[in-house]
Amino acid sequence: MISSSLGVWNYWVVFLLMMIGLFLVIGRKNLLKKIVGLTIFQTSVFLLYITFGKIQGGTAPILNNINNTIYSNPLPHVLILTAIVVGVATTALGLSLVLRINSEYGSIEEDDISAQDLVDYHDLIETNKNVSVKFKK
Amino acid sequence: MTDIIIKNLPILVVICPLMMSLIVVLIPYNFLSWVITLSTTFITFIFSLLLYQEVYLHTSISYALGNWAPPLGIEYVIDKVSIVPIIIISLISFITTIFSSKIMPAEINSSSISKVYSLWLLAIAGLIGLVTTGDAFNLFVFLEISSLASVALVAMGGQKDKQGLVAAYNYLVLGAVGATLYVIGVGLLYGITGTLNLADLSKRIAEINDNKALIAGFGFMIIGIMVKAAVFPLHIWLPRAYAYAPSAVSVLLAATATKASLYILARILFSVFDISDTLIINTLQYVILPLSILAMFAGTIMAIFEKDIKRLLAHSSIAQIGYITLAFAIGTKASVAAGFIHLFNHALIKGALFMAITSMSFYINKRITINNLSGLGREMPITFVCFVICSLSLAGIPLTAGFISKLYIIKASISADGIWIAMLILASSALSVVYLWKMIEALWFHEGPKNLLIKENSLVYIPLLIITFLNIYFGLDASLVVNSSFEASEQLLGARK
Repeated sequence: MISSSLGVWNYWVVFLLMMIGLFLVIGRKNLLKKIVGLTIFQTSVFLLYITFGKIQGGTAPILNNINNTIYSNPLPHVLILTAIVVGVATTALGLSLVLRINSEYGSIEEDDISAQDLVDYHDLIETNKNVSVKFKK
Repeated sequence: MTDIIIKNLPILVVICPLMMSLIVVLIPYNFLSWVITLSTTFITFIFSLLLYQEVYLHTSISYALGNWAPPLGIEYVIDKVSIVPIIIISLISFITTIFSSKIMPAEINSSSISKVYSLWLLAIAGLIGLVTTGDAFNLFVFLEISSLASVALVAMGGQKDKQGLVAAYNYLVLGAVGATLYVIGVGLLYGITGTLNLADLSKRIAEINDNKALIAGFGFMIIGIMVKAAVFPLHIWLPRAYAYAPSAVSVLLAATATKASLYILARILFSVFDISDTLIINTLQYVILPLSILAMFAGTIMAIFEKDIKRLLAHSSIAQIGYITLAFAIGTKASVAAGFIHLFNHALIKGALFMAITSMSFYINKRITINNLSGLGREMPITFVCFVICSLSLAGIPLTAGFISKLYIIKASISADGIWIAMLILASSALSVVYLWKMIEALWFHEGPKNLLIKENSLVYIPLLIITFLNIYFGLDASLVVNSSFEASEQLLGARK
């Protein structure tokens, strides 16, 4: 039991990273930390794929003249190259949004931001209400 | 020449907006970039109509990308199912591009307009690619192309209202989590079956029974797509993203973005996995069905209490997505067809409603809330009439497109022994009249500001008139939509059993 669980310790690492990442995304109020969590979450998936591709004793999948060579599966690696590019784009866009939010709101704490938004929203509804009441009179 | 075009149509509908988006970003003249965008979306629409014709000649077109034969190479599949969302996306994007010509410069700095159009085309390319591809990982790439482009588009709303930035941020984070969950699911399925081709995947899944990794993979995939499709309760990114995006972007996203994901949801549920499998039956019955019913009511009730009109329409979108997933969840051929009918009709209805509201906010140059709607209907009669017709369509009044889709959903649910589901649909429709009437009452019956001299702009109301006309046309003669949807569900579910 123990040996079989330890035998797949890669998956335990993946699982741990995934949970850490997801917890940061959900639990942190700081927008920057959320992006960090997102990156960890995505990285755990990269590890998951690469673990699938690995075959014990397998070499790099390069064609040689020896028969019966065991290769690691190259496809997951290629997929992950694509996923890394997507992850970089997501992180870059996220960070640039955090920068813009910081310059507009003066904060990157979720509570501050939602408080400011709430005030704005309230103002929007209330100011317009006064106008329409005036017209009714 | 025409032969080559016909042969390569499946890739042309994707590559045409994708490549043009790279060209548009280099163009320094705003008007020229709009013209190029318009012609690109028009050509894409023509291509998708040709594709429609081709699909009905051959039932299904498989296109091997780069001549690498599937299942090893990436395959693009166009069949009677995927053509429905392709037509929706290309049609709506064309009409919305016309609409955007006047609206876009009013909200976005003139220096960034060509960049916005570049993102606009990129988002369209991503959405069409999402639908055409027959490869699970390629699907993820297109999912991210479309969602990153739409996040950037939503963030452009930050130039006018800073809340657009927060909306874009939430959309990005939730969208990325959703896409990553989908990738985990694909990874698990790949680990079991060793294939990424969706058709091949469904064959190999059928041979496996009772595998825990399979169930986990299915769960991850479905949840990931449900985040993207904004199925209740994974919808929280949607109201803000639609409400604070630039006007034209709200129209485009509201009408197309979730539709593509809903199609993927149907594809995974019915085509990749087997509808007669207990796993799928249980998912439909105990997860998607209750969530859809909750969505129908939660969305409608949130809309009733909402004061900001763009948010109100976004909440009502959640309820409408609930109808579509409900139709899928019933899981008979008739109900899935009804889902596709509503997919098409809701794109028309919500596109038109968002267009009407955003053109009102364009004329008075203010955010539209329930209070400053007062009397605007009399100032802009054309916009108002279109708004009323599309509201009736949303509520499901006869002679409009919305009636047809509600009729088919209710018919399908009654024939599947779900009278109570039909009752719930009717109740939710009745509730939706509350918020629609609230807006119409304010628009027409309330005393408005006197000194407004509004001249309606033809470039703004012509697209609105086109889409409203389509709403009425498909209400009077729905045979085209109904037949295509029934053919689609026949192909989606018919391969089984």
